[in-house]
Amino acid sequence: MARLTMREAISQALWEEMERDPKVFIMGEEVGVWGGTYAVTRGFYDHFGPERVRDTPISEAAIVGAAIGAALVGLRPVAEIMTINFAFVAMDHIVNQAAKLHYMFGGQMVLPLVIRTVGGGGRQLGATHSQTPDAVFAHFPGLKVVAPGTPADAKGLLKAAIRCDDPVLFIEHATLYQLRGEVPEGDYTVPIGRSKVQREGRDVTIVTYSKMLDISLKAAEELAREDIEVEVVDLRTLRPLDMEPVLESVKKTNRAVVVEEGWKSYGVGAEVAARIYEEAFDYLDAPVKRVAQVEVPLPYNRTLEQLALPQVKDVVQAVKEVL
Amino acid sequence: MVKKEYLDLYYQMVVIRRLEERAAELYQQGKIGGFLHLYIGQEAVSTGIISVRRPEDRVITAYRDHGVAINCGVSAKEVMAELLGKATGCSKGKGGSMHLADVTKNFWGGHAIVGAHLPIAAGLALGDVYQNQKAVTICMFGDGATNIGFFHEALNLSKVWNLPVLWVCENNKYGMGTAVERASAVPEIALKADAYGMKRDQVDGMDVMKVRQVAARMIEEIRAGGGPQFLEVFTYRFRGHSMGDPERYRTPDEVRKWQQDDPIGIYHNYLLEHNIATEDELQKTIREAEEEVEEAVRFAEASPEPAPEDLFKHVYVSETC
Ligand SMILES: Cc1ncc(C[n+]2csc(CCOP(=O)(O)OP(=O)(O)O)c2C)c(N)n1
Ligand SMILES: [Mg+2]
Repeated sequence: MARLTMREAISQALWEEMERDPKVFIMGEEVGVWGGTYAVTRGFYDHFGPERVRDTPISEAAIVGAAIGAALVGLRPVAEIMTINFAFVAMDHIVNQAAKLHYMFGGQMVLPLVIRTVGGGGRQLGATHSQTPDAVFAHFPGLKVVAPGTPADAKGLLKAAIRCDDPVLFIEHATLYQLRGEVPEGDYTVPIGRSKVQREGRDVTIVTYSKMLDISLKAAEELAREDIEVEVVDLRTLRPLDMEPVLESVKKTNRAVVVEEGWKSYGVGAEVAARIYEEAFDYLDAPVKRVAQVEVPLPYNRTLEQLALPQVKDVVQAVKEVL
Repeated sequence: MVKKEYLDLYYQMVVIRRLEERAAELYQQGKIGGFLHLYIGQEAVSTGIISVRRPEDRVITAYRDHGVAINCGVSAKEVMAELLGKATGCSKGKGGSMHLADVTKNFWGGHAIVGAHLPIAAGLALGDVYQNQKAVTICMFGDGATNIGFFHEALNLSKVWNLPVLWVCENNKYGMGTAVERASAVPEIALKADAYGMKRDQVDGMDVMKVRQVAARMIEEIRAGGGPQFLEVFTYRFRGHSMGDPERYRTPDEVRKWQQDDPIGIYHNYLLEHNIATEDELQKTIREAEEEVEEAVRFAEASPEPAPEDLFKHVYVSETC
C-alpha cells in the first residue's frame, strides 16, 4: 500500500487506464497545456499528446455532447467539466441525452462515458461556484453517479467508471485533493453501486459520502472519546444506491444520521431517510436526523460560508440527538 | 473634452491599477479568499468605453470586474470592502471579487459563469426598449466566452429584436490557458458578428483614447435605433488568469513585450505630448489615486463582518408572496 493524496490517486487511475486502453481519452477545459485546473492531469499532455488530452473551448454542452457521440461509436471518453457548477450548462446532454439514449433506443446505443467533475463549497468561490447539487444528477435513471471520499475508492471507482459501459458522472470534491490515504498497489477496481462501512460502531449509524465522510469520521473520533461508537457507512455511489450496508447497520444500531454537504430539501439525506423508514422502520429507536447545508446560496464571506456548511460539531450534535 | 475629464480618466486607470496591486497583496496575506481575477493591463478598455456612457446606459460584465466597477462609479472603498467580504462591500460581503455590482450606478454585475450574462444583457436592453427608454446596454466579456452557446443565442436574439446592446469582446488572447486560435474556429473574433448581420469594429485596447472614440460612435448609433453592434478590443492581461496561475501557456517574453504597451503609460505620454497635462500634474494625480486606494484599504479592514443572521437575508424578497 502507498499513501497517496486524492489528487495522485485520481491521476494514477486516469494514467493507468489511458496506458491500458488506447480508446480512453480526455477532453475538457484546461486539461492539457494547463495540466488541469486541479492539477489532476499534469504531465498528461506531454506524455499522451494533444489527440488524447484534448483542450476544448469553453463549451460545456459541446464537451458532453461530443463525448456522447464519441462513446456511441466505440471510444471511452473521459470528459471533464471543470466544476459541477458548469455542468448546468450541459444539463440537457447529461440528463436528457446521456441518461436516456441506451434505454430509449431499446438498448441499441451504448455509451461508455465518464464525466469527471468537481463539486463542493468551502473555498469562498461564491454562490455560483460552490454547489453540491449531487442529488439533482442522482435523480435521473440511466446515469450513474459516483462521489468517492477516500483516495483508494477514488482510484478504484474511477477505473471502474472508465471500464463501465454506462454513462457515469464522477464527482470529486474541491477540498479533498490533498486528503491522504492508503491506496492498494497495482491494478484494481472498486465496484460502482456498492456502499461500504468505513468505520464500525454499535451505537449510531452515520450515512454519508464524499467530503462529509471525512467530516463524519472526525465526528466519530470525537464521539469515541465520550464512549459513543458510531458506525460510518459511505455511500460512494449515489445512483444506483446500495442500501444494504445502511439497513444492516441501522438494524444493529437502531439509530441513524445522514450527513450530506448539499441542501437538505429534496436531497440525498431525504432519499436515504425515506428508504430507512420504508425498509427498517421497526428497527428505529429514534427519528432519522439529517445534517446538511443551510438553505441559502453560499455566500463569499468566509465566516458566513462556514456557518452554512456542515461542520464536525453539527454531526456530533446530531448523533447525540438521536441517542 | 476638458482637461478635468482627461485627468479623470487617468485617475480612474491608476485607481484600478493600484487597487488591484493592493488586492493581490491582501490576497497573499489571506485577507481575500476565493478567486481574484486582476484586470491589470486591460484598464483602458472599460475606462474608455464607460467614459462615454450616459447614466441611463447599463453596464454588465464577467468576473474580471474590478475595473468596470470603478469606472461605473462604485467607490474604491466599497470594492475593497467586498473583496474582504465585509458588510460594507457593494454586495454586502456575499459576492466577493467576481460578483461586484451597484444597480444604483447602473452596473449590473460581475458574473462568474462564462457567457451567462450575455442573454441577461439582451434582457436589460429589452426592458429599456419595452419601456421606451433611450438607454444602451454595454455588455463586456472575454474572447473565451465567444465559444459558449450563450454568446450565440444572445447575439442572435439581440439582432432579431433590434435591441440596443453594445457587445464588447475583450480579446486578451487567452481564456485561462487556452489561446484564442486553439479555441475559436474563427480567431478573428469580430467576424463572428457577421453571422448575426451585426455591425462591427475593432480597436486597440491599450489606447484609452482610441477605445473611447470608437465606443462613442457605436453607442450613439445604437441609441439612435440602429440595433446592436459588436466591438472587439485587443488587449492583454499582464497577470495570471486568477491568483496562482502557473502560466505554462505563455512565455515571460510575450508578457514583457505587451507590458511595454502599458495602457497607463501610453495615456501618460499622450497627455504630455498633447500638452494636456504636465508631469507634475500627473504625479499629483497618481498620489491622489494612491491615497484613495489606501483609504479604501483602511476602510475595508476596519469595516465589520456581516452578522451571522445576514446568512439568511436576501434568499427571497419575501417568503410569503
Ligand atoms: C460555463 C463556465 N465554464 C467554465 C468556467 C471556468 N472559467 C472561468 S474564466 C474562464 C476563461 C474565460 O476566458 P475569457 O472569456 O477569455 O475571459 P478572460 O478570463 O480572459 O477575461 C473559464 C474557463 C466558468 N466560469 N463558466
Ligand atoms: Mg480572454
